[in-house]
Amino acid sequence: MTRKQRRLVLIGGGLAVLAVAVALMLDAFRDSIVFFNSPSDVVEKHVDPGTRIRLGGLVKDGSLVRGNNLSIRFEVTDGKTEIPVAYQGVLPDLFREGQGVVAEGALDGGGVFNADTILAKHDETYMPKEVADALKKSGHWKDDYAQRAAMPVGGGNK
Amino acid sequence: MIPELGQYALMLALGLALIQGTMPILGTRSNDPVLISIAAPAAIAQFAFVAMAFTALAVCYVTSDFSVLNVYENSNSQMPLIYRLTSIWGNHEGSMMLWVSILAFFGALVAVFGTNLPVVLKANALAVQAWIAAAFHLFILTTSNPFVRIPDAPFEGRDLNPILQDPGLAFHPPMLYLGYVGFSIAFSFAIAALLEGRIDAAWARWVRPWALGAWMCLTLGIAGGSYWAYYELGWGGFWFWDPVENASLMPWLAGTALLHSAVVMEKRGALKVWTILLAILTFSLSLIGTFLVRSGVLTSVHAFATDPTRGTFILGILVVFIGGALALYAWRAPLLKQGGLFAPISREGALVFNNLFLTTACATVFVGTLYPLALQALTGDEISVGPPYFNATFGPLFIPLMAVMPFGPLMGWKRGDLVGAAQRLIAAAVLAALAVVAASALERGGPVLAPFGVGIAVFVMAGAVTDIAERTLILRVPFRVALRRALGLPRSAWGTAYAHFGIGVMLLGIVAVTAWGSERIAEIKIGDSLDIAHYRLTFDGIFNRAGPNYRDVVGRFTVRRMNGELIGTMEPSRRTFPSRNMATTEAALMTRGVSQLYLSLGDPTKDGIVPVRLYFKPQVLMIWLGAAFMFFGGGLSLSDRRLRVGAPRPAKAKAALQPAE
Repeated sequence: MTRKQRRLVLIGGGLAVLAVAVALMLDAFRDSIVFFNSPSDVVEKHVDPGTRIRLGGLVKDGSLVRGNNLSIRFEVTDGKTEIPVAYQGVLPDLFREGQGVVAEGALDGGGVFNADTILAKHDETYMPKEVADALKKSGHWKDDYAQRAAMPVGGGNK
Repeated sequence: MIPELGQYALMLALGLALIQGTMPILGTRSNDPVLISIAAPAAIAQFAFVAMAFTALAVCYVTSDFSVLNVYENSNSQMPLIYRLTSIWGNHEGSMMLWVSILAFFGALVAVFGTNLPVVLKANALAVQAWIAAAFHLFILTTSNPFVRIPDAPFEGRDLNPILQDPGLAFHPPMLYLGYVGFSIAFSFAIAALLEGRIDAAWARWVRPWALGAWMCLTLGIAGGSYWAYYELGWGGFWFWDPVENASLMPWLAGTALLHSAVVMEKRGALKVWTILLAILTFSLSLIGTFLVRSGVLTSVHAFATDPTRGTFILGILVVFIGGALALYAWRAPLLKQGGLFAPISREGALVFNNLFLTTACATVFVGTLYPLALQALTGDEISVGPPYFNATFGPLFIPLMAVMPFGPLMGWKRGDLVGAAQRLIAAAVLAALAVVAASALERGGPVLAPFGVGIAVFVMAGAVTDIAERTLILRVPFRVALRRALGLPRSAWGTAYAHFGIGVMLLGIVAVTAWGSERIAEIKIGDSLDIAHYRLTFDGIFNRAGPNYRDVVGRFTVRRMNGELIGTMEPSRRTFPSRNMATTEAALMTRGVSQLYLSLGDPTKDGIVPVRLYFKPQVLMIWLGAAFMFFGGGLSLSDRRLRVGAPRPAKAKAALQPAE
């Protein structure tokens, strides 16, 4: 093989691998992207039952009901709209009423959000960023959230 | 007094970094040996001052000086000494201090041990290192000063985030940073070579040990972080494809590619331009990782603070360094001479294959990690790209890489013999086929492809053994001869074999635990039993236990085999930290061979009912054992350095050479 041919083999091989990778990525992006929605978004955008989404907001005060066999129901609210959520399993350490939460799953036909994952928070002062943004959008952002969210994990007032 | 000293030392370090960054460059331009010779002492002095600043911060933490805001926010006098020390870097400001300390440390190492480097290359490299240092010193002093005082010192500190009160914090961040920042040396050398416009095979020989050392630390740092998340977060996942994890994986992938392409450059003088690019990219990805983690654009355990000015500052650093480096590369790289012809089927070809797949896999991770950020900036849509994306892209790219890996070391330089290599791998292939059959027969359930994953893992491991067997001619020559050959093999050959073997071990662990792990989630009362795999756990009761700054509610479980034989007890707990009103889950682990039983408690509800999560994790320890093999292989290869460094010199001069590190 001449120098030119060898180089062509290398470049051709490189492009082939890259093409495969791009195809894989596009395919994966079509199937595995999950959009974040606030309860209001879910209603406004008419999210179809069965579509996987992330639902974020605050756990409505007084809405948490524990059933048998680790089943749990609660409502997620952004101040305007509430969506009932059903989950079965062990809740993250910092799951509390009145606090931010992100649930991943899909709506069923009856308007109940079946979550298979409740995202753990890592700190009592920490508000998931998406939730904070959604609350700001809906106008239900309170200053004390801002203060809490803006504080470093260390807390403390600067 | 101490914090002020620390801040002053950091300012002096900034000044020294500016001198170190400019004078040597001017010197190499004007050929002034005095200016050139400033580089090394400046680098050492800069490190001395950064170390002083870091020590000052450490003293504040150890003595619990709560008049310092950073200490007040992240420490507590009740905490054990080890956590008071590790909480130095358990927060944004302190972890940036650790970052620059390691950066300056590496600069000083080059200054001290780089005595055999060409003077101009060394001066330029140290100057580039100093620009990076100066940027980060400035970042700390203007946006993240750890030495800020509070006018009225509080009596007690706010404590460290309980999730970080773990021995993992002593190990994971420093190791990871040694890796991240260690690649800055390769970057600085690449930029220095481009500034000079000259590069030869020896460049790879000088850079490789630094890149290898950084790679070893990064490997251990990532593996350590993975194990920490595994036992701390309470549900037994070892890798989440979390953006922050990806941020550390990307430099690892690029760095692994760099190590391999540097071999080609060193031995054959080929792939020079590509190797330089990889050196730039690897550290650029480290910087991007720092940006992702430190700027607060991502939500994660690692996002200590969301302060927009910091994000903007680091973004500025990114743009200047990555943009500048790539622009310099585009301008200067065409000047570098190409060299070293090789056939596609050859050792070089195999290493190119390795590079191609590693960098492509790295690109898919990059796209998956940054796409949500880009989309949010462009359209405002908030999305998450989770494990399904990475499994669908990274997996298919990594599997061919693994399957081809055993062929590489068996191929000759320049022109390889594919058929010959395949013949020598027949034993490994037969072993792999047997493993597929055995895995299909022994394990019920799990994905259909899982036994093939086991097969590839066994092929990789057997391939590494084959490589050594071929080099020592074991089974073909008398054992004594083979042993002598084994002892005479270059350490780097052993290093390659160990590291490749480790990849196989890790893959085996990942496949087994993903495919055949089992999980039980249940609510149980005292006296109840839970069965998993071939074990039966009985819930004996709950008791309280006090720690230095926390209270534990501990559940006690007896573990028996199915036939009733007692194995031991497991004591998972829920740990409450009064200073933060925060609870963490402390899972209990029981190791059986390389498998583990994993048990964590939920919040006990009324009438003594406790939710528990119980997992059986088959072969899970092999994941981290594999990383340990890779680290060990890297170490062996690194200890080979003296030979390589000495290679081009006459034999007589050998005694005068500097020892490795």
